[in-house]
Amino acid sequence: MSRDHRPGHRRRGREGAPSHPSGDRVLVLPGEELPSHGLKPGPGTYRVGGKVYASVLGLYSPRPPLARVVPLSGRYLPKPDDVVLGTVTDVQGTFWLLDIGAPRWAPLHMTGTPWNIEVGETERFLKVGDAVVVRVESLDATGRIGVSMQGEGLGKLDGGTIVRIAPARVGRVVGRNGSMIQTILNHTGVRMTVGQNGRIWVDGPAESVARVVQVLRLIDDEGMRPGLTEQVESYLASTDPTDARGPIGPGRAEPLDLDGPRAAGPSTDPPEDRGGP
Amino acid sequence: MGSVGAKDVPVLLSPEGLRIDGRHLDELRPLAIRAGALHHADGSAFVEWGANKVMAAVYGPREVHPRHLQQNNKAVIQCKYNMAAFSVDERKRPGLDRRSQEISKVIAEAFESVVFVEEFPRTSIDIYIEVLQANAGTRCAGVVAASVALADAGIPMVDLLPAVAVGKVAGQIALDLKKEEDNFGEADLPMALVPQSGRLVLLQMEGHMTPEELGRSLDLGVKGCRDIYERMKAALRARYAAPAPGGAA
Amino acid sequence: MSEEVTAEILTTHILDLAAEGKRLDGRGPDEYRPVSVEPGFVVTADGSALARIGETAVLAGIKLEPGKPFPDTPNAGVLTTNAELIPLSSPIFEPGPPQPGAIEVSRVVDRAIRAAETVDLTRLVVTPGEKTWVCYVDMHVLDHGGNLIDTACLAAVTALAHATVPAKRFEVGESDYPLDVQHLPIECTFVRLGDAIVVDPTFEEEQAGQGRLTVATDETGRVVAMQKGLVGAFSPDDVKDVVRRALAHGDRLRAIARGGPG
Repeated sequence: MSRDHRPGHRRRGREGAPSHPSGDRVLVLPGEELPSHGLKPGPGTYRVGGKVYASVLGLYSPRPPLARVVPLSGRYLPKPDDVVLGTVTDVQGTFWLLDIGAPRWAPLHMTGTPWNIEVGETERFLKVGDAVVVRVESLDATGRIGVSMQGEGLGKLDGGTIVRIAPARVGRVVGRNGSMIQTILNHTGVRMTVGQNGRIWVDGPAESVARVVQVLRLIDDEGMRPGLTEQVESYLASTDPTDARGPIGPGRAEPLDLDGPRAAGPSTDPPEDRGGP
Repeated sequence: MGSVGAKDVPVLLSPEGLRIDGRHLDELRPLAIRAGALHHADGSAFVEWGANKVMAAVYGPREVHPRHLQQNNKAVIQCKYNMAAFSVDERKRPGLDRRSQEISKVIAEAFESVVFVEEFPRTSIDIYIEVLQANAGTRCAGVVAASVALADAGIPMVDLLPAVAVGKVAGQIALDLKKEEDNFGEADLPMALVPQSGRLVLLQMEGHMTPEELGRSLDLGVKGCRDIYERMKAALRARYAAPAPGGAA
Repeated sequence: MSEEVTAEILTTHILDLAAEGKRLDGRGPDEYRPVSVEPGFVVTADGSALARIGETAVLAGIKLEPGKPFPDTPNAGVLTTNAELIPLSSPIFEPGPPQPGAIEVSRVVDRAIRAAETVDLTRLVVTPGEKTWVCYVDMHVLDHGGNLIDTACLAAVTALAHATVPAKRFEVGESDYPLDVQHLPIECTFVRLGDAIVVDPTFEEEQAGQGRLTVATDETGRVVAMQKGLVGAFSPDDVKDVVRRALAHGDRLRAIARGGPG
């Protein structure tokens, strides 16, 4: 899995756990019985003895006729038509293997590209470490993920950088009707490609890219917290475009972070040269 | 099991029915679970149980290494339980030992009984359990930690897997043995429960018991597991619930 | 085999930032991530410490046991170090025999501890030629976010500084006593990113790095170990500058090792 832009890339999508009369959007855990009222077991659930239970940790989000739990964590699970960013991890004579953050690598066949490639020439076009945007075409019963690089907006990526967030957070980055991503683009003028697998390509002037990276981290961490949109807007509009640290510097408190009284944060200039022993 | 009658056998049960650490026969040791303790694993959990400190990490589902272990129709579950050299009183040499290998297998099979492995053919779900400090019941602490780590990693399962060891000390059935009780007691019965079905997917015994004692031990263990189950859920909720409005994340 | 392939775009971005004196996480070239230690983390050990630098965490445990001195050094105790890069800590590790990375971390930390005479080995001897304390330093990487050497050394040295010789338990003496630790070496690791040389690399910076240089110093200002790693080169002037920086960082990290919350 390609290492991208951030420390601690294994972010969790933190969500609110509100109560709702219908049980919608409630945090559920594996083994918990769901208020399914005759719904059939859909993704993230299973049925035993006429009752439906959650199988993953996530939000209960029924879509009649299906009971459904949307996972809050875990690897990206591909769906047909998803546009994703991948990194080439292996090159073979007729195809490449892509790491798209899914449970399996995805083979990209040379015929699934817009290029005219002879067998054995694949390395000339894509090599290990190259980043690409592809569409998920198919999933078969053995878990094989079919992807294609033919189509608008798909292809090899050059320049810019790649940020990784939890797949569960992608919806927040896009926002309702694209509102959040539009806010980001309006304030910064960067180019962005958001992959459903939580990998996001950003390109543009260095300061703008740095600020967008900070915003993406913020969204990844804060998620559903009220006021997030306002916080993002005020950060982007702030008059200090060179402050690459933004609202989040290195070393926020994390689980098991043991910053004790002697823990040192970022240092200032090192002291003068010491004297001899 | 230690030999009863050695000169330094501690008093395992007081006349008032209190154990060596003051607990009653059906009391658990203090248990703290933190989900998401590590930054780089897909899922993780840190468990402090009595004087045990156990870390578990889950990676996957991911491509299988070595490739020949791949299964066409399901994920394989690979589990490695290991004790750090400094986790026990007498330093343990690093490397594989037979006890750890057996425990690894038994734990892998327990999880294979509850994880929906058919959803991820040709992948591996790798579970790593590292005992950093040991005081009896490490395999149960490992199961608890690994179970929370699997949920943290978004792995679909029938249920979480609470686990606990029941034993016999000074002739009495006792829940959650600590080190001295394990060393000098008469039996040790680790088990793991699937709360949804009420069935056990891990069960071992060392020592001796009558069938009647075994029946009572199972009942006591199941009760203990249900208690532990609530704490596992609480640990996951603590990690995934929203922060208080206006509060820090 | 590793499942981690770093996207070249990211490597290029890291180098572009470095050319402007910037880093991915906003640090300057001479800044460590937050550093902390927790001595006494494991009570079954004779000394222990959990050290964190950023998202990297290493747990070190000290075990002291009676043993025999080596035949050719009858008046010296025995100290051995071992680092485990356990698969729990990173997607890039697999179970099995020690990888070159683990061996390198062990040996580089070992050299620093030995050259600094952190533990006076002669004082570990109980009966010359027959009985000595054997001091095991075991380092377990729990979370790999880059810069394992500095974190492992900090954990090991902190653990030693808070260790107790279990004389009473092994019936070698009347009572346990603190392990006599004379010097505290601290390792500081730098990577070259283009023309810039930055301290305390993250995992991504190590992947992008074009040469890595570790310098260990002790509180008397001596350099007690050096290791150059990765593929790349440093000029003698680079090395001198790195040494100067390592001395300064060493002082700061040493204060943390000594006075960490316990």
